[in-house]
Order: sequence, then C-alpha cells, then structure tokens
Amino acid sequence: MLKKIFVLAILAVFAVMLFRSYGLVGANEELNEIATRYAQKGPEEVGAANLVTAVIVTYRGLDTLGEVTILFLAASIIGFFLKTKQQNEKTSENVRKTSEILETAARVITPVIFLFGVYVFINGHLTPGGGFQGGAILASGLVLMLLANPVKKVNHTIISLLESISGFSFLLLGVLGIILADGFLDNTILGTGDFGELISAGAIPIIYIFIGLKVGSELSGIVSNLQKTQKEEI
Amino acid sequence: MEQISLSHIAIIAGILLILIGLWGILTKHNIIRMIVGFSLFDTGIHIVMVGVGYVKGKTAPILDEAVNLKNAAQEIVDPLPQALVLTAIVIGLGITALMLAYALRLYQRNKTLDIKNFNDLKW
Repeated sequence: MLKKIFVLAILAVFAVMLFRSYGLVGANEELNEIATRYAQKGPEEVGAANLVTAVIVTYRGLDTLGEVTILFLAASIIGFFLKTKQQNEKTSENVRKTSEILETAARVITPVIFLFGVYVFINGHLTPGGGFQGGAILASGLVLMLLANPVKKVNHTIISLLESISGFSFLLLGVLGIILADGFLDNTILGTGDFGELISAGAIPIIYIFIGLKVGSELSGIVSNLQKTQKEEI
Repeated sequence: MEQISLSHIAIIAGILLILIGLWGILTKHNIIRMIVGFSLFDTGIHIVMVGVGYVKGKTAPILDEAVNLKNAAQEIVDPLPQALVLTAIVIGLGITALMLAYALRLYQRNKTLDIKNFNDLKW
C-alpha cells in the first residue's frame, strides 16, 4: 500500500515537472541564437544541406565521437557478457527449418536492404538520414539473413576488422582536421564543393560512410552474439 | 482558449509515454517488462525533446528547394534538439541491448526473471 502511494507520488511529481514543457511548444516564434547562427553560417562554413548532419558531424563532432564510443562499449560488453563456452557444433539438428517464403524473400530483399543502407549514409548530408540510420539498416539486413538461415555463422573476423578500420579512419580524419584545417573534425579539409551536390560538404560524406560501416558492424556484432547465445540450451 | 495543434498532441503523447514507462519500471516485477518500460520512457523523452524544438509554421532544417537560403533562419525549426535526439536514440539502443543481454545472463544463471528473486544488492 505504502509502495503504491510512493509510486503515485513519483508519477505525480514527474507529471507536474513534464507538464511545464507543454507550455514551451510553439512558444518561441523564432530560433534562439545558436540555431540562428547554424542556419546562417552553416551553409558556407560546412556546406551540408542537412543542418542536422552539419551539427552532428562538424559542430558537435566530438559528441558523435563519444556516441560511437559508447555504442562500441555497449557492443563489446555484450560480446564479453554473452561469451559462450566452447561452441559445440551440433546445433544444426535442433533448429527448425525456415519456411520457403522467408528464405526466398530474404535472398531477394537482403541485397536491396544493404543497398538502401549504403544510400542512406552516403546521402546523409543532403537528405534525412546519415551514418547511424544507415548502419541500423545494414544491421537489419543481417537480421533478415539470420532469420532465413539460423544455422549460418557470422564471420566475426570481418565484422571486427571492418569496425576497427572504420573507427580508426574516423579518428584519423578528425586528426587531419587539426593539421590541415582549423581544428579536430573540421570538415573543410577537402573543400566544401557545390552546395547540395552529392560530392560536397568536405569530409562529411566520408565520415558518415565510416560511421555507417562502424555502426552497422557493431549492431551486427550484437545481433550475432545474441543469436549464438540463443543456440545454447537455455 | 487557444487551439490545440498537432505539436501539442505530440508532446502530450510524449509525456504520457514517459509516465507509462516510469510506471512500468516502478511496478513491474518481470525484468523484461521493466526493460520495455525503460524503452517507452526513452521514446517519450525523444518525442518531448523534438516537440520542444519545434517552431510554429517552420519547416525541417534541410536546406533544399523548399527553403530560401538567404532567409534560412526564419524558415526552419531548431536543428539542435533533433541532433541531440539522434544521439540519444543510438545510445538508448545500445543500453537496451545491454540490458537485454544482462537479463538473458540472469535468466541463464537463476532460471527466473522475477526481480523479487534478486536481492543480492539489497541491504
């Protein structure tokens, strides 16, 4: 009984606290100072049509580096956590066979999903999307592959190699920004190009390709780790 | 009384999601349900953050044909909350995966998911 009252009290406090944000909606008629600056100077400084991308990759690129690190940390802790003892090879008999429809459909759809993922992260500076979303789409293609063929083993060497190379290249591009341009993760090392074209915005497309590959391989690693553990009798 | 716009509905939905998630975390005994509650809490916060960054009648912060480049600051919504929410979504995903892996391990060890059976940290 006392517990229920506590829960209700906490919920009430949260509700009152959050309800204040209701008044904030549409309260501001124009942008605040920082956002105005991003909107005015962004196109010439960064050259990315998608301002969210400009903020994520360049203005707050350090945050993104931290974010990638957190994701890497989560993926590696999961890998460490679900580490299986002595993978025994007799898993194939007790797995139910997948249906013909799923198997055939996966064969057709998986390449398209991968292509779409690559499209999303290459066009991250022009359209909604970017490295994280594209990486998630890549990983969902892997999930479909594993659903269609549950006994398939994912090659961890390739995944971890891809992940380390893209993470390292991301950092290297950041350091190149210090040497060739104004600071860490400055994207103007390659010249901003024509605004709104595919090859523009300096290093942003390249950084987003690396982020996309890194996120995709990390999420694939998580999925395949969970899949391996699922095979053991629980 | 002023008209209730779509963004107000979005923010109410976000607040309700946060409260439902919090309620789930506080009252449920099954670990998986607590993780679902956490996930709802997370989503609600994202919706509220994007909703607060909304500016009336403005368009998405993507400078294409729909936006006049000279006058961009008057035509777009705040890009900053959207960038932060993107960060938060990815981190939320990582944390959810981590919690699920932990729940799996706990189940493998103790053959139960009821939080009442785990009192190692209780004093």
